[in-house]
Amino acid sequence: MTAASAILLIVYVVVVLLCVKPLGLYMANVMEGRPIWPLRAGAPLERWIYRLCGIDPAAEMGWKQYAVALLVFNALGALVVYALQRLQLWLPLNPQHFANVSPDSAFNTAVSFITNTNWQGYSGESTMSYLTQMAGLAVQNFLSAATGIVVAIALIRGFARHGAQAIGNFWVDMTRATLYVLLPLATLLAVLLVSQGVLQNLSAYEDVTTIETLAYQQPKADAAGNPAKDAKGDPVMQSAITRTQTLPMGPVASQEAIKELGTNGGGFFNANSAHPYENPNALTNFLEMLAILLIPTALTYTFGRMVGDTRQGWAVLAAMAILFIILVNVALVNEQGGNPLVGRLGVDQSAGALQPGGNMEGKEARFGIAASSLFATVTTGTSCGAVNSMHDSFTPLGGFVPLFNMMLGEVVFGGVGTGLYSMLIFAIVGVFIAGLMIGRTPEYLGKKIESFEMKMSSVAILVMPFIVLVGTAVGVSVAGGQAGVANPGAHGFSEILYAFVSASNNNGSAFAGISANTIFYNTALGLVMWLGRYWPIVAVLAIAGSLAAKKRVPVTSGTMVTYGPTFVVLLIGTVLLVGALTFVPALALGPIVEHLMLRGGSHG
Amino acid sequence: MQPENPPMSSILRPALVLFAMLTGLTGIVYPLAVTGLAQALFPHRANGSLILLDGKPVGSRLIAQSFTEAKYFWSRPSATTPQPYSGTGSAGSNLGPLNPALIDAIKPRIAALRAADPDNKVPVPVDLVTASASGLDPEESLAAAQYQAARVARARGLPLAQVQALIAAHAEGRLWGVLGEPRVNVLELNLALDALK
Repeated sequence: MTAASAILLIVYVVVVLLCVKPLGLYMANVMEGRPIWPLRAGAPLERWIYRLCGIDPAAEMGWKQYAVALLVFNALGALVVYALQRLQLWLPLNPQHFANVSPDSAFNTAVSFITNTNWQGYSGESTMSYLTQMAGLAVQNFLSAATGIVVAIALIRGFARHGAQAIGNFWVDMTRATLYVLLPLATLLAVLLVSQGVLQNLSAYEDVTTIETLAYQQPKADAAGNPAKDAKGDPVMQSAITRTQTLPMGPVASQEAIKELGTNGGGFFNANSAHPYENPNALTNFLEMLAILLIPTALTYTFGRMVGDTRQGWAVLAAMAILFIILVNVALVNEQGGNPLVGRLGVDQSAGALQPGGNMEGKEARFGIAASSLFATVTTGTSCGAVNSMHDSFTPLGGFVPLFNMMLGEVVFGGVGTGLYSMLIFAIVGVFIAGLMIGRTPEYLGKKIESFEMKMSSVAILVMPFIVLVGTAVGVSVAGGQAGVANPGAHGFSEILYAFVSASNNNGSAFAGISANTIFYNTALGLVMWLGRYWPIVAVLAIAGSLAAKKRVPVTSGTMVTYGPTFVVLLIGTVLLVGALTFVPALALGPIVEHLMLRGGSHG
Repeated sequence: MQPENPPMSSILRPALVLFAMLTGLTGIVYPLAVTGLAQALFPHRANGSLILLDGKPVGSRLIAQSFTEAKYFWSRPSATTPQPYSGTGSAGSNLGPLNPALIDAIKPRIAALRAADPDNKVPVPVDLVTASASGLDPEESLAAAQYQAARVARARGLPLAQVQALIAAHAEGRLWGVLGEPRVNVLELNLALDALK
């Protein structure tokens, strides 16, 4: 690792940590409805919304009702996003006259955006109208993030309350998370991004006349307009020249801001945050990385605050941060090390004052190795999935980091809300294991952990590995799955594995060589995203309801302390044990064998 | 205060109305408000950072274009299809590190650089022969620009020192000493070269 990489990592971590307390405290105040000034200012708007909706904001819900409201609200989102894509040609704000999206792709994208996954089988700049992007996709960037927040808050209330039947009002929680947390932050970030060169307009694409004439080869079309094939079945190519470059336009910054803040990750453009119009310089890159971790980290403080002991929140945050720093370093060292096969061609991959060096395939000059490796770790430790470099072209162990990060269940800070509630589930499992070892009834935050909580925790944790491994097994076995693979050998297996890991964890990043806009992948990944999102959410809400009803157990000298180093180690151990034991065989077939081949080959 | 199980209609109405209102707020009001602010405060940047030459747009400072003549600095390779540097199809190569196609793609790029400047025997900077993530990377490392300086100077009949000074003048360092990598914008550098005459 170079000195510049180390400094960037330190500055980034320090800035993120500095934001934890103020934002965490603010979110606690918002979600508890305390009369701070933004809530007082927004009160008339809130009252108007509740009146039109017929909501009594004081009426709280039991966990089942909360879950039903959440599922209905999210299903409605899926229908609208699907409809917008299927009808976009006839709707306004489509200056490029993009056609209606195919049913399987529209289904996949609708599920993808309501589940906070933002897996993208399509190429944004040549598929989606501005209306679809703004009123369909970006809306779900807000609402899926708000959904994550409210589930985390409901679970926190489960710990904080005792003898209670209700865990909050879903409508009020959604409204407040959107109005007071997501919208103000997104507006601020969007304007900052535009000031650095991110697009924000509703214009048609702009044709420019380039300095040089570009000569290139393109596939020849036959009389019917289909790609022509020669006798061997290879496409026939023909020469073409052009001096026109078409520059894409659109309301990018407004979508970019919430895409990072809500850990959604769905790019306006195909290249996502690697695209200079989404992420034009090192400052925007830093802001985008900061935005990804802002809410997930701050929620740990919100948690501590709402359960009345901020040490509990810091302990959870410490466990996340330790895992994060280890994983970033693995990525940094391997990407900086470069590709030995490329080095042998007489290419300079050494880091110096004039170049970052390292493995630059699929990376941008302004980000180099440091900001690319850091972004890759941030985006997969959360459920974000935005990318500023192409993970498919990472070195085997560099690419192992994003894959493993997701396999841990995205708890290395984790997605907005999902990170905290997933980590709290691991904490429940951790105290249960510790309780077994010392022979006491396990307790967490004054609540007895009993068989119902353990059953629901197991459901919440095990659904992800189950759908990943079954999905990957099907993907590598059927023709429809094999057909999408771009790279040969172990790397091709990694592409399929990565796709199912990413979809199951609602991440959305990809080993993007895979051709996933097919009926097989659109359908399979759509189902996996749905199950991977709502199955754990219902289990978590069930735990919230069960805990809220329990009495508080008084603290005694025998109570296990759930802050401090012992608990942090226990929590990290639980996460690694579950994640590693489940996925080691799959990892051995993908990145690990590929690493051995690459390094072995370098001696030949 | 045991909440009863209410009828479905008590969920459907709030769901429908709240969804419509939040869609209006986050999907219409928010992007239009940001667009308004952007157009008022930063119109040049909000509209693509276009570069005008004699009043006509010749490109964007943020979007790479193809340069193959010896007298220009070449951009980083682009893996977009069908043509490279396609503004409507941003993409990386997504070639894995062991994929033979990666080496097959890099070899001719090295050969082209060597052929255009046979006397230059130093190793080629890696970013100059690897495809960028977006296919539209507008910049390259200072090492990549330095590598090409002698070729550009010779093709233009300029002193090498003048071309190197031009690179230095357009070089962008780390912001606050921390953020980003030392680099140079290829299109701006080439336009500055053309403006020398």
